[in-house]
Amino acid sequence: LSAFSLCAGAGQDVGRSCILVSIAGKNVMLDCGMHMGYNDDRRFPDFSYITQNGRLTDFLDCVIISHFHLDHCGALPYFSEMVGYDGPIYMTHPTKAICPILLEDYRKITVDKKGETNFFTSQMIKDCMKKVVAVHLHQTVQVDEELEIKAYYAGHVLGAAMFQIKVGCESVVYTGDYNMTPDRHLGAAWVDKCRPDLLITESTYATTIRDSKRCRERDFLKKVHETVERGGKVLIPVFALGRAQELCILLETFWERMNLKAPIYFSTGLTEKANHYYKLFITWTNQKIRKTFVQRNMFEFKHIKAFDRAFADNPGPMVVFATPGMLHAGQSLQIFRKWAGNEKNMVIMPGYCVQGTVGHKILSGQRKLEMEGRQILEVKMQVEYMSFSAHADAKGIMQLIRQAEPRNVLLVHGEAKKMEFLKQKIEQEFHVSCYMPANGETTSIFTNPSIPVDISLGLLKREAAIGPVPDAKKPKLMHGTLLMKDNSFRLVSPEQALKELGLAEHQLRFTCRVHIQDPRKEHETVLRVYNHLKGVLKDYSVQHLPDGSITVESILIQATAHSEDQGTKVLLVSWTYQDEELGSYLTSLLKKGLPQSTA
Amino acid sequence: MAAHLKKRVYEEFTKVVQQQHEDLSTKKLRLTKPSKSAALHVDLCKATSPADALQYLLQFARKPVEVESVEGVVRILLEHYYKESDASVRLKIASLLGLLSKTAGFSPDCIMDDAINTLQNEKSHQVLAQLLDTLLVIGTKLPENPSVRMRLVEVACKHLTDSSHGVRNKCLQLIGCLGPVEKGVAKEVESQAAKDVQKIIGDHFNDQDPRVRTAAIKAMLQLHERGLKLQQAIYSQACKLLADDYEQVRSAAVQLIWVLSQLYPESIVPIPSSNEEIRLVDDAFGKICHMVSDGSWVVRVQAAKLLGSMQQVSSHFLEQTLDKKLMSDLRRKRTAHERAKELYSSGEFSSGRKWGDDAPKEEIDTGAVNLIESGACGAFVHGLEDEMYEVRIAAVEALCMLAQSSPSFAEKCLDFLVDMFNDEIEEVRLQSIHTMRKISNNITLREDQLDTVLAVLEDSSRDIREALHELLCCTNVSTKEGIHLALVELLKNLTKYPTDRESIWKCLKFLGSRHPTLVLPLVPELLSTHPFFDTPEPDMDDPAYIAVLVLIFNAAKSCPTMPALFSDHTFRHYAYLRDSLSHLVPPLRLPGRKLVSSPVSPSITPHEDPSQQFLHQSLERVYNLQHLDPQGIQELLEFTIRDLQRLGELQSELAGMADFTATYLQCQLLLIKALQEKLWNVAAPLYLKQNALASAAAKQILEETYKMEFMYSGVESRQVVIIHHMRLQAKALQLIVTARTTRGVEPLFGMCEKFLQEVDSFQRCFISELPHMQGSFVDKLLDLMPRLVTSKPSEVVKILQTTLRQSTFLHLPLPEQLHRATANIIEPTGESDNPLRFTSGLVVALDVDATLEHVQDPQGTVKVQVLYPDGQAQLIHPKPADFRNPGPGRHRLITQVYLSHTAWTEPCQIEVRLLLAYNSNRSKASARIPKMTWSESLEALPPSENGIEGTIPFSKPVKVYIMPKPARR
Repeated sequence: LSAFSLCAGAGQDVGRSCILVSIAGKNVMLDCGMHMGYNDDRRFPDFSYITQNGRLTDFLDCVIISHFHLDHCGALPYFSEMVGYDGPIYMTHPTKAICPILLEDYRKITVDKKGETNFFTSQMIKDCMKKVVAVHLHQTVQVDEELEIKAYYAGHVLGAAMFQIKVGCESVVYTGDYNMTPDRHLGAAWVDKCRPDLLITESTYATTIRDSKRCRERDFLKKVHETVERGGKVLIPVFALGRAQELCILLETFWERMNLKAPIYFSTGLTEKANHYYKLFITWTNQKIRKTFVQRNMFEFKHIKAFDRAFADNPGPMVVFATPGMLHAGQSLQIFRKWAGNEKNMVIMPGYCVQGTVGHKILSGQRKLEMEGRQILEVKMQVEYMSFSAHADAKGIMQLIRQAEPRNVLLVHGEAKKMEFLKQKIEQEFHVSCYMPANGETTSIFTNPSIPVDISLGLLKREAAIGPVPDAKKPKLMHGTLLMKDNSFRLVSPEQALKELGLAEHQLRFTCRVHIQDPRKEHETVLRVYNHLKGVLKDYSVQHLPDGSITVESILIQATAHSEDQGTKVLLVSWTYQDEELGSYLTSLLKKGLPQSTA
Repeated sequence: MAAHLKKRVYEEFTKVVQQQHEDLSTKKLRLTKPSKSAALHVDLCKATSPADALQYLLQFARKPVEVESVEGVVRILLEHYYKESDASVRLKIASLLGLLSKTAGFSPDCIMDDAINTLQNEKSHQVLAQLLDTLLVIGTKLPENPSVRMRLVEVACKHLTDSSHGVRNKCLQLIGCLGPVEKGVAKEVESQAAKDVQKIIGDHFNDQDPRVRTAAIKAMLQLHERGLKLQQAIYSQACKLLADDYEQVRSAAVQLIWVLSQLYPESIVPIPSSNEEIRLVDDAFGKICHMVSDGSWVVRVQAAKLLGSMQQVSSHFLEQTLDKKLMSDLRRKRTAHERAKELYSSGEFSSGRKWGDDAPKEEIDTGAVNLIESGACGAFVHGLEDEMYEVRIAAVEALCMLAQSSPSFAEKCLDFLVDMFNDEIEEVRLQSIHTMRKISNNITLREDQLDTVLAVLEDSSRDIREALHELLCCTNVSTKEGIHLALVELLKNLTKYPTDRESIWKCLKFLGSRHPTLVLPLVPELLSTHPFFDTPEPDMDDPAYIAVLVLIFNAAKSCPTMPALFSDHTFRHYAYLRDSLSHLVPPLRLPGRKLVSSPVSPSITPHEDPSQQFLHQSLERVYNLQHLDPQGIQELLEFTIRDLQRLGELQSELAGMADFTATYLQCQLLLIKALQEKLWNVAAPLYLKQNALASAAAKQILEETYKMEFMYSGVESRQVVIIHHMRLQAKALQLIVTARTTRGVEPLFGMCEKFLQEVDSFQRCFISELPHMQGSFVDKLLDLMPRLVTSKPSEVVKILQTTLRQSTFLHLPLPEQLHRATANIIEPTGESDNPLRFTSGLVVALDVDATLEHVQDPQGTVKVQVLYPDGQAQLIHPKPADFRNPGPGRHRLITQVYLSHTAWTEPCQIEVRLLLAYNSNRSKASARIPKMTWSESLEALPPSENGIEGTIPFSKPVKVYIMPKPARR
């Protein structure tokens, strides 16, 4: 029996997460993401890997989505509506709520802005979401009789979850993206010691150990505070979901603490909608927000107001969160152009910027930008970079592995070169095998499944009574008959097995001849053997019968002189198969010969 | 046997008990209540079903049982126990047995054999567990009986093989609590239980049930607490338990490891998978550090807490806890802390961050990176970043304790503590500020660190700001820029939160006196003096200017060259501040003629505090005045009171003492004045008018005595006697005045009797103090007591009058520390001209913020009083949670008061003040009455003692302008 996995996407790559796991005959698809970097067929995973012919619904038992980022759920409508899948899709409640918003946004950009055709429609998104079954944290969902899944908290973004997939006693844990250090609005990932056969973990930061988040936060706040006190304006380009909320909370609490008055704005639209969901799913946030929401929901921002285009020209200090995060288009770029000329202002880039975007240019130190229409924009404002990423770093990954104690680890969602390092570390420190399949590659993992066997109580009690007190940590030897009948295993006593099978009992005896060099008479030899055995086997009843034979328990020993050589005596040892252990011990004992000293 | 017992029980049923009271007049006979045991027996016999019996037992358990009948009850219960077939009833009986053996004064050895016997035939695991619990109670009640304990331990050992976890649990608990602690004793008791208890418990470390494993570890810890030295061999076993699947086991194991590390810090343990060996305490430290990143937060809290107390750990292990090697793409990266330090040492300060400033530098050898260290690496880094604030607080506390014992570690952990100032939870921030203060003598703040620390000054929470001020009071700053920075930030704080004035001044006082040399170069800039030009004189009432002056003057105290830099008006301001804020401005030795302005003469002998001397001298004088003429006495008293009051105002540390004695003398003065009245010689009807003075004096003395008793902390019983004595005198005075003014004898009877009762209770309460009161009023009174009891009221009054006149003036001994309870309402300030408007009939919440000093048990005593202009008064009891305790003897009340009134035509002022409630019942005197048993205590206290309740106003009233508007229709 084996659990194996196939990577359709995300193998040694970031983006387009899609993993297929076959576990004990069940097929589960983990995530269904798209790749941001491509605009052709390559943006979606290649579903033809899964099944060459036949419908997906017949092949897959369920689909699990770990969180709402598009590289984990972007291909879902395509997969379910266009390729065709009607089975259940599992995700957590917040993911189910936020996922369609992002998909719709993505569709609008691709179809309405870029004018692509042959893309999924709004209706498809709606139909797709109808197939979704929402799960709670730590709720065990029975997909069918054998397959069950369970969600664990993963941090990362609101509603992100790790999933345990279990069939019988075999299990796989898929982490999705997760974060082991808590931030201002989400807690840390946590998994119990579930000892899965396979842990599939992301490895975005396989080779990074990060500094404490406190320094980053403090730096960030200090920068903002100083600029605002100087009367400057701060622009923070963000993506609508995730970091934006963390930074909002950070600034909101800071404003509250320090009694600051300068206005904070965030761009309307998506962020506003998302904040609404953050307010609803309080249970998914961190300790502080969960504990204080009775007095005040932290996402009911007091100091942060919705942004209006006209505000950008207002005098005086302000802080603005604007989308998108890489300054490549939209509101954030507009505001940037307005404010770039003043050295009192500041732009803070809270995340990574793709090459070619304005964000990347200013981060790499360019001070003169060429905008559309051959305008030259001189950047006088300060440019700051703050990394607020919500992935686990190498230490975090190791910590999760330690928590879960898996038997095998499989790395996905990262770069091959970096994975190599982590793989080596994992094997070295936990002594478990570690895999890092490429896209389309299949990894098979062999497991030692434990097979439950029913045992009759009578037999159990009888066997347990023999020998020392049972100890949970040590295996115990039991005698019984294994009956395999109607797909079930039972351990019963031999008598019962015979009765059930309608068989008669057969006696099975082993006999063995042992040659001993002894010139004396037969009965003397017997006496010597008797004395010897008596001396060695103190715990057993050794008897010398009047007919010249010896019995040890039920084992019979007889001695006769060798027909040819009178000096050699032949000992005949005979035992039933139940006494095999003692019998073979006895023969080996006798083969060693008798002690030399003859009294 | 049973018949005999039953007889005994019925005997108790009708036992007559004679109660002796000290007070002969209240002597009475009393029947005891029908004995519990008899009733129980009857009930149990009546019970038809197990459910019935259970009901009876449950009812029975609600009421306490007298000591004498416990044994009888136990016998009945046991008898029933053997007959009972239902397990739940047996369980209840077993638990009752335990409950009964706890009864005070009952020695359970007589029932032990029976209890052990019941174990023999018991089949139900639950009942068995309960019985063992009962045995545990019995065992703990008999601490001086090793043989009994041995027996119980033996019984427990026998049941250790039980298949139920509950039974094994209890057995282990019993062994842990009762097992022999000294080996020698175990051998003397010849029984076979002399085998090693530790081994027995240790064997259960591998039990299959996690609850039993936990119990085993707890039992081991229990043995340790009782003084048994645990064997070192357990250590390796305990280490294995750290990897247990269950959090309670891990949590207990962490404790066990900690205990062992304290027992055998220096022994050497091998490191697995290598040939090296390290000290056990280091190994244990590493292991506990590892648990700081455990999956369960309970374990994490436990581990973080224990780290703090492992002070013997070697320093390089300790320093590892703060170490976290950063890398990015396999290249070594410096932490922000390191970068900050480098920036600082390179002389460059706070440059704007550039993209890639933190770019990783050196390549890392992949083999050398250890991602999960077995050692202590980064334990605190993880602990301080934990998700749960409980863990973070525990980590900060541990950091504090370790830093206190190791200066080098203190220096290193500074960065991390400073980071914690920005935690999202206020409690954590506060805790880390306090921690920093505690270790502040070991550290010097770098400028960049100071910068972060000072940024917190803008926090809107007052607690945080005040804690930070206190931290700054005892911080060492390394450069003059640092001082300047601190001053600038503090002034910023002052403009933002003017209420912090006092606290900021105090902070600057210490800052100045700690860093005179750093302040010196800043003086011209701070005072904005110019070498050639005269600058305008700053506004003397500006709090910011005062703040600067406080800093400079305190620095100048130990820096004689500084006054040369002052301009003329500075000296004038010095004189003014020295007088008005004497606690903040130290006496300075100023050059030349400026000396005149200094109010305190420079020739101060540092050892003898002159004011203390003055206090004692003036008191001496007063106490020696027995023989002066009345007029002289009065004058001297008046002068002394005036002196004392003035002294109290000048010397804040003596204020309590001075006020206390002044009040006492005031009482004495009033008494003398009242007795000096001519009226006593005149016939009764003539002085109706004048007696106003005498009765008013009596009333005032009463009030003052309550103040003396309840408003001062540190009052000892010696003082309480004298206060009560003074009160007694006042009451006598009252009685005499009433006797003189009222006609007819009838009302006097009651009053006399009451007074005599009071004398009596005084005698009872202070019997031990009476010898010190020779010649006093009460002394004489007690001599005359037999006569008083029998004589008529008029007689009594006459006797009282003469005694009162002849009695001497009691010397009031002063306690070491005496502080007067004071309260200061910070908010509302009472300065606002804008009335608080609200609709009549509805309520408005008024925020009240007050500081209380030297108030004992403020939760119970401090009330807020609101006085409306129509004379209506409202008394509000603040919630206990509204009181905070920022320091010893100090409390802070932050509460909301709800106001409401009917509509007014124009805004008007209401008064808000704080009251100190007292209850003479609660007084120190009644605490001295020996506690009686529960049944008697209620009856024994005569109702007259049930106390006078009252309140003492102890804060200045604050006026708040309010305006209830009529409701709009």
